[in-house]
Amino acid sequence: MTAAIQITNVEKSYKSLKALGGVSLTIEEGEFFGLLGPNGAGKTTLISTIAGLIRPDSGAVAIHGHDVVTDFRQARKKLGVVPQELVFDPFFTVRETLRLQSGYFGLKNNDKWIDEVMDNLDLTGKADVNMRALSGGMKRRVLVAQALVHKPPVIVLDEPTAGVDVELRQGLWKFISRLNREGHTVVLTTHYLEEAQAMCQRVAMLRAGKVVALDTMSALIRRIAGSQLIVHLASGALPPSLRHLVAHDEQDAHDAHDARRQDSHRYSLRVNDYAEVEQILAKLREAGAVIGEMQLKQADLEDIFLQIMDGGAL
Amino acid sequence: MNFAAKFVSVGFQTLLYKETLRFWKVATQTVAAPILTAMLYLLVFGHVLEGRLEVHPGVSYTAFLIPGLVMMSVLQNAFANSSSSLIQSKITGNLVFILLPPLSHWEIISAYVLASVVRGVVVGLGVFVVTVWFADLSFVAPLWIAVFALLGAAILGTMGVIAGIWAEKFDQLAAFQNFLIMPATFLSGVFYSIKSLPPFWQAVSHVNPFFYMIDGFRHGFFGQSDISPWTSLAIVSVFFAVLATVAVNLLKRGYNLRH
Repeated sequence: MTAAIQITNVEKSYKSLKALGGVSLTIEEGEFFGLLGPNGAGKTTLISTIAGLIRPDSGAVAIHGHDVVTDFRQARKKLGVVPQELVFDPFFTVRETLRLQSGYFGLKNNDKWIDEVMDNLDLTGKADVNMRALSGGMKRRVLVAQALVHKPPVIVLDEPTAGVDVELRQGLWKFISRLNREGHTVVLTTHYLEEAQAMCQRVAMLRAGKVVALDTMSALIRRIAGSQLIVHLASGALPPSLRHLVAHDEQDAHDAHDARRQDSHRYSLRVNDYAEVEQILAKLREAGAVIGEMQLKQADLEDIFLQIMDGGAL
Repeated sequence: MNFAAKFVSVGFQTLLYKETLRFWKVATQTVAAPILTAMLYLLVFGHVLEGRLEVHPGVSYTAFLIPGLVMMSVLQNAFANSSSSLIQSKITGNLVFILLPPLSHWEIISAYVLASVVRGVVVGLGVFVVTVWFADLSFVAPLWIAVFALLGAAILGTMGVIAGIWAEKFDQLAAFQNFLIMPATFLSGVFYSIKSLPPFWQAVSHVNPFFYMIDGFRHGFFGQSDISPWTSLAIVSVFFAVLATVAVNLLKRGYNLRH
């Protein structure tokens, strides 16, 4: 089966800055794929390369087997991109904007689908309103609608929920999930890691223009070192035998005997599995410590992200 | 599939429609204002110079001036349409809506240039309608009028595409317009015949392509011109071919558009 997006050793530099340093990725048809990384990691450069807005110095990108440079017509027909910047044409209404975008993709008389997209993005009431008169959130919805107006099999969303309210996020994800279930491939970049964790089946993490992690979401979370047991001692102290389990930053604070810290009896202890929890509790009881509050926090995408971006290995 | 659908893509038609609708939505600024400006030129220059100059035998100065003003309006507005649309889209970022779809560089340039021709011709017709009452005009060779109006508008529309692609800020586009287009238009014989100039400035005028557009256009009205309309047509056609090649090449390379 042809990959939805095939990225092969793509490099791109701006003078001395290497924005992409040999990125290779294969995104299969029907995947919900997350592209994550801090600002400046190269996510938008990579997306712009996929969209044909940036031409790579070397390497190639193909959408459903069509090269984005040499076979750009077929490649672009299969791609819908929601750009990160909140851009719009101030001369037109929402409906005019969507009809024009539809026409650019060679589709006439596309009002039935345009109406459906507007309905799903709660834009119907604004159909005849000029783009200038819309709020930021509404403009974002129109950007999403523009990307979907030609029913592309591959949808790329570059931070689609930046600065928008909860209602839009929920509505947007519901609609995008439906499209994904119907077979559309979705590529998402976002700074909201909980969104990526909830939506994406597979994730690539970029750092300084290179892919530093690539796996399914569940495998990534399994690979990070354990979870955290957070205990607040009502009385007593943490026995020396458990000191090595305290997270480094907390250990430093406790070692400094900072009396001003209100949570000086609160400890985050690393645990690899549930059996260790029982051993820790037993040691606390032996030391005469009384637990006031306790919480077991599972590792999440944010922990993985921070660990990788700090230069750690999984 | 009918002939039009086969050879004129929906993408091209849509972009042409969008570029035409764009200027029509602000017609006060893009159509009415330049018509008023041309009218003021006619009133001022016609009032001052009528009866003092006879550029061609049997042709009053006002009658001579009207085709010049019509053509000047056609040229300036054709340039303004494509250049302002492109620079606005680049600066506001909405050019991405043109760059993401499967539009070829031929479709893009054809749509921008044709929309420029439409605006140039609409404004030119407007100027003609409000000024024609001030003089007895003849129409000796209407085909020359149409040929030079359309070709001139297409040339300036193409120059607008080049300027719009090249410029990265409004200031650069204003420089292109004020230091190149405006002097070339004013010094092309809109207000005078170059035969009235000293030999040196006559020679300078002959390297100005705008002169041939206006002289050929005027020939269609009076059957008289500074040089043969066939010579003008040949020079203007070559100029158009060169500009079109440059513009297509810039778009194909993605110069200042696809980084």
